[in-house]
Amino acid sequence: MTRLASAFAKPHPALVCFITAGDGDTAANLDALVAGGADVIELGMPFTDPMADGPAIQAANLRSLGGGTKTADVLRIATDFRARHPDVPLVLMGYANPMVRRGPEWFAEACTRAGVDAVICVDLAPEEDPDLGPALREAGISLVRLATPTTDASRLPTVLEGSSGFLYYVAVAGITGKQQAAIESIESNVSRIKRSTDLPIAVGFGVRTPEQAAEIARVADGVVVGSALVEIIAEHGANAPAKLRELSAALAAAVHEARN
Amino acid sequence: MENSPNSFRTQPDERGHFGQFGGRYVAETLMPLILDLEKEYRAAKADPSFKEEFDDLLEHYVGRPSPLYFAPRLTEELGGAQIWFKRDELNHTGAHKINNCIGQILLAMRMGKTRIIAETGAGQHGVATATVCARFGLPCTIFMGATDVARQQPNVFRMKLLGAEVVPVTSGAATLKDAMNEALRDWVANVHDTFYIIGTAAGPHPYPELVRDFQSVIGKEAREQMLARTGRLPDLLVAAIGGGSNAIGLFHPFLDDPDVGMLGVEAAGHGLDKQHAASLAGGFPGILHGNKTYLLQDEDGQITEAHSISAGLDYPGIGPEHAWLKETGRVEYTAVTDDEALDAFQLLCRTEGIIPALEPSHAIAAIVKRAKEMPQDSVILANLCGRGDKDIFTVAEALGVEM
Ligand SMILES: Cc1ncc(COP(=O)(O)O)c(C=O)c1O
Repeated sequence: MTRLASAFAKPHPALVCFITAGDGDTAANLDALVAGGADVIELGMPFTDPMADGPAIQAANLRSLGGGTKTADVLRIATDFRARHPDVPLVLMGYANPMVRRGPEWFAEACTRAGVDAVICVDLAPEEDPDLGPALREAGISLVRLATPTTDASRLPTVLEGSSGFLYYVAVAGITGKQQAAIESIESNVSRIKRSTDLPIAVGFGVRTPEQAAEIARVADGVVVGSALVEIIAEHGANAPAKLRELSAALAAAVHEARN
Repeated sequence: MENSPNSFRTQPDERGHFGQFGGRYVAETLMPLILDLEKEYRAAKADPSFKEEFDDLLEHYVGRPSPLYFAPRLTEELGGAQIWFKRDELNHTGAHKINNCIGQILLAMRMGKTRIIAETGAGQHGVATATVCARFGLPCTIFMGATDVARQQPNVFRMKLLGAEVVPVTSGAATLKDAMNEALRDWVANVHDTFYIIGTAAGPHPYPELVRDFQSVIGKEAREQMLARTGRLPDLLVAAIGGGSNAIGLFHPFLDDPDVGMLGVEAAGHGLDKQHAASLAGGFPGILHGNKTYLLQDEDGQITEAHSISAGLDYPGIGPEHAWLKETGRVEYTAVTDDEALDAFQLLCRTEGIIPALEPSHAIAAIVKRAKEMPQDSVILANLCGRGDKDIFTVAEALGVEM
């Protein structure tokens, strides 16, 4: 079983934690999230133009790049994480241009060497799959696609075709950050999507608190938290690991116990 | 010519690709809307009443057709080819941008959208968008980099007079690229009621195609006017390129006239070995703002900041059709510096009594070099895509004049 499949085969829903690579002491921050109970790590590849992100993650991207983070550094962070945590799934999330800059085969191979399990490419619509999808599939790396409130029944098959690992349901039509979706809308969309796929479904965008996470974990296979963690890094800098561990532990408890 | 297709006027393909360029690289939330826009645009294109309304507004509101003007003193000064100008700086609002805004707002209303957003650099597209929104009574939000807000105050005030809300964008270098990011973020959050009027022939399919089609009125008129006045076609077309909308609007109707040469002029800023905005001359293919095209970027695919004295050319990308026309060899591209553009700006003021915008001043600078190499019976037709009123403060500062 792949690392991702194992994570979603646990007897409880999965907590997926996102932070941006190169923003703060990333290794220490990732270790804190795993220690707190994160089941899956999503590592953001910084980009100068994060069009789908709200202020918190935009700022994290720019802090990281301002500190000199290169693609090689992101891959090194992933490689080191894999060495320390052989079983925790690692997903690289980012925008198309840094991923395809040296060619899709180069990127797929770099992911393989770094022990990356899956890739989320925000601005690679399924219609443009040839730019990255075939190379990732060839290398055995999952391509996790996004479905959104605007992905209607006629479009869903296009999104699912070629998706693997899990499906990321974006709870709000909007950018990452503070707005949160009504649980009724999440529930009906997740159950609608479930009828079309066996992939696990993780829900993200706007999830900040253990209470919200628990509510979503009752209807989805995973819950993604990003901006709330990234804000801790912005606020606490070198002292972020302890705070990240605290929040991820509270989130993990809420997500893991949600159905009990 | 290498890779020469039968026609250069049949792009893009049904997936929005111009060769390897173009496409639809957007977040999933936007995809259904973009597919819908494409469907609606096809329907509008086939609907005679859409064209009728568009043509009527261009004639009576914008003031088209714009004149085709022979520039005798500039021609004499340069001592080579005859120089002709397509006078799109005489349009309502002072640039070619309004042609596209008229087309897009008609589409927005056709789709039942009730709110308009746009990005702007120099403020010309922002002013044109605010203008059509006032004309049709739709609320309008313009995203503009905070740096540009500071250096283009008159246009900011114009937009506000026209009823638009102007949102200064502080992320990144706070210029056009960042304004476009912010417009995309607003759009994703408001897809249900909002139409995004993109200001140049770039962005996700079908924008590059529809902006080109709306701007092609420039080339269609120019072709007819030139034939009527001289009985022949020009030897060389010249246009400045920011995202490439005025250039593609002039070039496209001539692309299958094999004897008509074409020259697109990018902004070389401080010089191609320094900071500039010439994505074809100094960039590499990549993906940004919904399309694949040439971009200024580093070895990791991070986008680098552009520089041009002309805010309208200060963008690190270029429309995908130009990327394709460069690769096929059909259009030649060059770049001129800030200083060369400033000289050309003054030259046109002095010789023809026309104050051009800094954007077409780049085209004029390229003509200065090219005209001399061409025989006196040859014809250059350049796009005078904007007037210079908006730029006099920038020019005064560059020339060290206190106002
Ligand atoms: C007068 C004028 N010309 C040219 C441009 C550049 O845009 P494009 O290359 O799309 O014509 C601008 C953009 O603001 C402009 O205001």
